[in-house]
Amino acid sequence: MSQSKGRFGTHGGQYIPETLMNAVIELEEAYNHYKDDPEFNKELTTLFNEYAGRPSRLYYAEKLTKDLGGAKIYLKREDLNHTGSHKINNVLGQALLAKKMGKTRLIAETGAGQHGVATATAAALLGMECVVFMGEEDTKRQALNVYRMKLLGSEVIPVKTGTATLKDAVSEAMREWTSRIDDTHYCLGSVMGPHPFPTIVRDFQAVISREIKQQILEKEGRLPDVVMACVGGGSNAMGTFYHFIEDKDVQLIGCEAAGRGIDTFETAATIATGRVGIFHGMKSYFCQDKYGQIAPVYSISAGLDYPGIGPEHAWLHDTGRAQYVPVTDEEAVNAFEYLSRTEGIIPAIESAHAVAHAIKIAPQYSKDKIMVITISGRGDKDCAAIARYRGEDIHD
Amino acid sequence: MTEIKEAFAKGKAFIPFITCGDPDLETTKKIVRSMAANGADLIELGIPFSDPTAEGPVIQGANLRALTGGVTTDKIFDMVRELRKDLTLPMVFMTYANVVFSYDAEKFISTCAEIGINGLILPDLPFEEKEEFSDICKRYDVALISLIAPTSANRIAMIAKEAEGFIYIVSSLGVTGVRSEINTDIASLVKLVRENSSVPCAVGFGISTPEQAAKMAGISDGAIVGSAIIKLVARYGKDAAGPVGEYVKSMKDALR
Repeated sequence: MSQSKGRFGTHGGQYIPETLMNAVIELEEAYNHYKDDPEFNKELTTLFNEYAGRPSRLYYAEKLTKDLGGAKIYLKREDLNHTGSHKINNVLGQALLAKKMGKTRLIAETGAGQHGVATATAAALLGMECVVFMGEEDTKRQALNVYRMKLLGSEVIPVKTGTATLKDAVSEAMREWTSRIDDTHYCLGSVMGPHPFPTIVRDFQAVISREIKQQILEKEGRLPDVVMACVGGGSNAMGTFYHFIEDKDVQLIGCEAAGRGIDTFETAATIATGRVGIFHGMKSYFCQDKYGQIAPVYSISAGLDYPGIGPEHAWLHDTGRAQYVPVTDEEAVNAFEYLSRTEGIIPAIESAHAVAHAIKIAPQYSKDKIMVITISGRGDKDCAAIARYRGEDIHD
Repeated sequence: MTEIKEAFAKGKAFIPFITCGDPDLETTKKIVRSMAANGADLIELGIPFSDPTAEGPVIQGANLRALTGGVTTDKIFDMVRELRKDLTLPMVFMTYANVVFSYDAEKFISTCAEIGINGLILPDLPFEEKEEFSDICKRYDVALISLIAPTSANRIAMIAKEAEGFIYIVSSLGVTGVRSEINTDIASLVKLVRENSSVPCAVGFGISTPEQAAKMAGISDGAIVGSAIIKLVARYGKDAAGPVGEYVKSMKDALR
């Protein structure tokens, strides 16, 4: 069988309404034109460096390393980027591309609010209109980010359908895009959706692994043994893995949100509990029932609370190139608190999933092994929710 | 065996849509029989999906009610088996790609053929992705219905050339739902289709009144109505068969 464009093994593709087909084709053509355009890349690099604060630090976490007593641990500090997460990398790229395409309005979905805040920020900077769709449940979990988006001049639309979380926000953003295409670019926040989004988002996030590689060579004179990141849709993980895929000695580990455990229904661990399906424009792994109804997933982390995973991750899993492990709420919250106390770094609850797995496996590695963990975002936004989890009520 | 073209053989076709299992399958059966008795030429049976991204709030609500009520693909297959004992008009399924894929496409499509389903509409399966399903559909003689949208432009010829059964012309941008006006130049879409295909074309999305139906069918071969019917089901629940039948009759009369 011949395969359509944008495939990673059997995954990916363009499973979207006919109404959107010319829009994604136009986007692909524009991207192919601008991705190698020196002027575009110069502008983007300037935005990355002067506005977003790149390159982000690769920090040797000495106390963490000593406390765990195994592998030497470096943290890739995406939390130090402007707006507080890796999301700004993709958003600046897409917003600039949209502007070149003559679009004047950005729409976006958001889970934790990090992508929404990043999109609202880019829209403010580039003088574009912005509408963010956010599950109503998430607007409650992440009230501070809702305020930030409004402050930046964006409209935030609470999505009440389905589970009122990230998946429903994506559905609603897609619906909005089918009704208004001419002036609107859908600034998708992860390495998911129909082609060309998984490729575009990966390319803009690949700056993470490009920098890690350069920084670790400067600091250690060699490549790391393990590279880790949390995975929801998978954009920070894809960015973290990308330039290491061909370096077969570098172990790639993605940490999925297991919620209350992969043996419960309250989980969002797609690789651990899902199977291949077609949803949100792509073929990939999804949490679903035997009739293909998408499962109502759960994680304490609004940013990982998604029933699918990007198609390139699905392919990295199929080929065995990357390993995907489930991490529970409890483990992630412990890691959130542990990294705060040990290194004075409050990670996003999403990123804490990767830290949690490092706590488990770092002691098993010898001291001459090098491990890099991407801290995809900062955890200020999560403090109220984690306090609640611990039974403490603080007003955010 | 019934064929889709029969729906278009007696003048302009009226094509009502219903979400199976909203509020339960017994009611769906009564509604389908009532539609057939009141002049429906072809019936679109929706298999509910948890996350119907092409639907507006009205049909989203129907999907949710049906799934909450416990309807499944297998139960819908059984319902069609029963309906086929006495109904001979063409019927097609409307659902999302994952419902077919996760059931096993070959098993799903062969079951369609076995129970007398004549076609399949998958709004999230554009031309570029259709081969995965269309080869199987051809083998079992189930028409995979192509959709054409107001944004299709340069794609219309390509889509029309490979179209089967009928072509579903999406009247407007956006999702399903009742609209007070349809502003797309449907006539020129139809003209482009006709230059490239002899398959009939019906217009859907946004049609609710007999006047709109007559206008849309006037410039094409038929009119498809979903949300307006689902609103009646939402209002009358288990007693919806009567009101839906009356509505179908009024719409069909407008097309005569």
